[in-house]
Amino acid sequence: MPNEAGFNFRRNVSRALKDKQLRKNFKLAMENFILKRKQIFSDEDETEQLRAIGCAIKVRALTRLPNLLEQLEKKCTHNGIQVHWAETTSQANQHVLNIMNAHRATRLVKGKSMVSEEMELNEFLQKNGIEAIETDLGEFIIQLNGEKPSHIIVPAIHKNKAQIAQIFHEKISGTPYTEDVETLNAIARKTLRRKFFEAQVGLSGVNFAVAETGTLCLVENEGNGRMCTTLPPVHIAVMGLEKVVEKLADLPPLLRLLTGSATGQLITTYVNMITSPRKEGEKDGPLEVHLIILDNGRSKIMADPQLRQTLQCIRCGTCLNHCPVYTRIGGHAYGFVYPGPIGKILNPQVEGLRKAGVLATASSLCEACAEVCPVKIPIPRLLRRLRNESYSNDSFCTVKECGCQQNLIDSLAWKGWELINTHPRIHAVGRKITGVLAARIPPLGPLKQWTRCRTLPQFAAKSLHQLVEEQGVENE
Amino acid sequence: MSKRSRDQILSRLHSADRSIASPSAAPCSLTFKTLGRDEKIDRLKGLMEAVRTEVHVVGSQNWIEPLKVVLQKREIKTLLYAPQAPIGDTLKNHWPAEADSEGLPQLVPYQGPLENFKDQLFHMDAAVTSTRGGIAETGAIILWPDENEPRLMSLVPPIHIAVLEVEKIYNTFSEAIETENWPDKMPTNVVLISGPSKTADIELTLAFGVHGPKELVVFIVRSN
Repeated sequence: MPNEAGFNFRRNVSRALKDKQLRKNFKLAMENFILKRKQIFSDEDETEQLRAIGCAIKVRALTRLPNLLEQLEKKCTHNGIQVHWAETTSQANQHVLNIMNAHRATRLVKGKSMVSEEMELNEFLQKNGIEAIETDLGEFIIQLNGEKPSHIIVPAIHKNKAQIAQIFHEKISGTPYTEDVETLNAIARKTLRRKFFEAQVGLSGVNFAVAETGTLCLVENEGNGRMCTTLPPVHIAVMGLEKVVEKLADLPPLLRLLTGSATGQLITTYVNMITSPRKEGEKDGPLEVHLIILDNGRSKIMADPQLRQTLQCIRCGTCLNHCPVYTRIGGHAYGFVYPGPIGKILNPQVEGLRKAGVLATASSLCEACAEVCPVKIPIPRLLRRLRNESYSNDSFCTVKECGCQQNLIDSLAWKGWELINTHPRIHAVGRKITGVLAARIPPLGPLKQWTRCRTLPQFAAKSLHQLVEEQGVENE
Repeated sequence: MSKRSRDQILSRLHSADRSIASPSAAPCSLTFKTLGRDEKIDRLKGLMEAVRTEVHVVGSQNWIEPLKVVLQKREIKTLLYAPQAPIGDTLKNHWPAEADSEGLPQLVPYQGPLENFKDQLFHMDAAVTSTRGGIAETGAIILWPDENEPRLMSLVPPIHIAVLEVEKIYNTFSEAIETENWPDKMPTNVVLISGPSKTADIELTLAFGVHGPKELVVFIVRSN
């Protein structure tokens, strides 16, 4: 999950906040998503019950994770799916390249996959002379424009139709400028049908991998995912290792939660379950299916019982839609592949606190994400944990680069605070000094920054203790 | 590379695994009211129509005539079908020899493998398939492609027509998995389909027929 060169969160945020078009696009879209989710989960009791089931299924799967992964591998292999393991994104990329090379293939069509974004697969393949075409409409739009997704479900949501019309007009030869959505769709359909027809390899993500049967389950509305997994002679599926679930019976509640939370749908247009390559006698479907299982820091996250909850995520994106910070700054400002609340807890754990720990600060801890999460990840609690670990490297800290924010001034300040608060006499003296001086502290340095959009609280001349001593307490 | 990575990943996971207690008992699955036959039809029809599927409820063996109307109305020239599929015989036996003169399309069998049929497949106007069943709760049909009825029939042609027997409509997806014991017989591919292909990737404006079929027509066939 590498970030942009010279990632500066503060600069990104202020730039995004000043972009009126971007803020308008996000505001409209997020309000729409919130409304649609509410409509589909109209029965509060049933929704709570469903979330409890979803959470229990994922907790159960994580508890048995290594065994389920072994079972998945065994079942897939038995069904004829070739399984590859990757500790890092570069290993995963290499697996894809090796498969492409084995088939002398230079043309790949892609269904939507956040793991492939994590791998930066397109850039890698391009360097190796392979054309990788995004076929999900949103991904196609931003690929044309050389951008990254700004939302994990609707990747081009930061663009309005005028901007998209311009991109199509400029990047697809022979396309007149049009803002008609039907026409834009038809252009994409025509362009990509050709690509599907010619592709030698199709690549997809995985929503759920079922250990019991070795089945890969993918959901979508457009049909491009089915094209990528059915038409080319080779299909490669990439998944993070947390995507495995125990049994087929786990799918119905998880699917309800995923589609309801993501887009407010009762079911997507297609729920695609793939269990093997083309069998003898069958007329279509890929002749080879490969499954690449990616770790990229996930197995380390598993080691900590609290942080492990991060891996319950089913990537529905509803925490983004409900986040007041995300809605105002959009996905790109976060600088990493996974934006919004889930990104704030996932990226720092994978990339380390030095590089990504700042993300955890971009939250008012309003709890909206925790209230809507379909698998009940306590995101605000994990944010606090990451904030604490940025400043502490005690023995209980497990996150990469914990304590990286520790500095001498900070440590001294807290030592001083401890001294004052454990010695009543020093405290009493300190209190008097503060009462007199605090009102005269000039707003400089960090205080200047802090008071830019906040009013400095006025210190009372007398403390509560003093007032009680002088006036007594009524109704004691 | 893969083997070493595998062992390292699994060993890390196994060592993490020991440190935690077993999960609390999972709550039982959601209850969904068991519906009567007509209620199931109504729910499935209503939900699928809401996502722009055209649904016709017809009498037993009587789907051929309404199918002809659907095809004539759209001036379909070529209809892809699977001769060996359950509905293949019915279709063949009821199709006029001079289809053209009645304004009906020519029946085109899926002649596999794909490698020899791809060009033709991409030029079909419509395809008709059977279904394994339906799901009332969410409104969807279940497709269970096999060597007789290939996967791409329901994906590549711009119009997909599906024939669903009313007895095969389940209350829920869970009920279908359980009743038919799916874990023991998962085929190469199963697909649930709730409507025509759609997208809302441009300003969340809903548009149909982006990559898959632009239209989905379902005939729910009542038994006698």
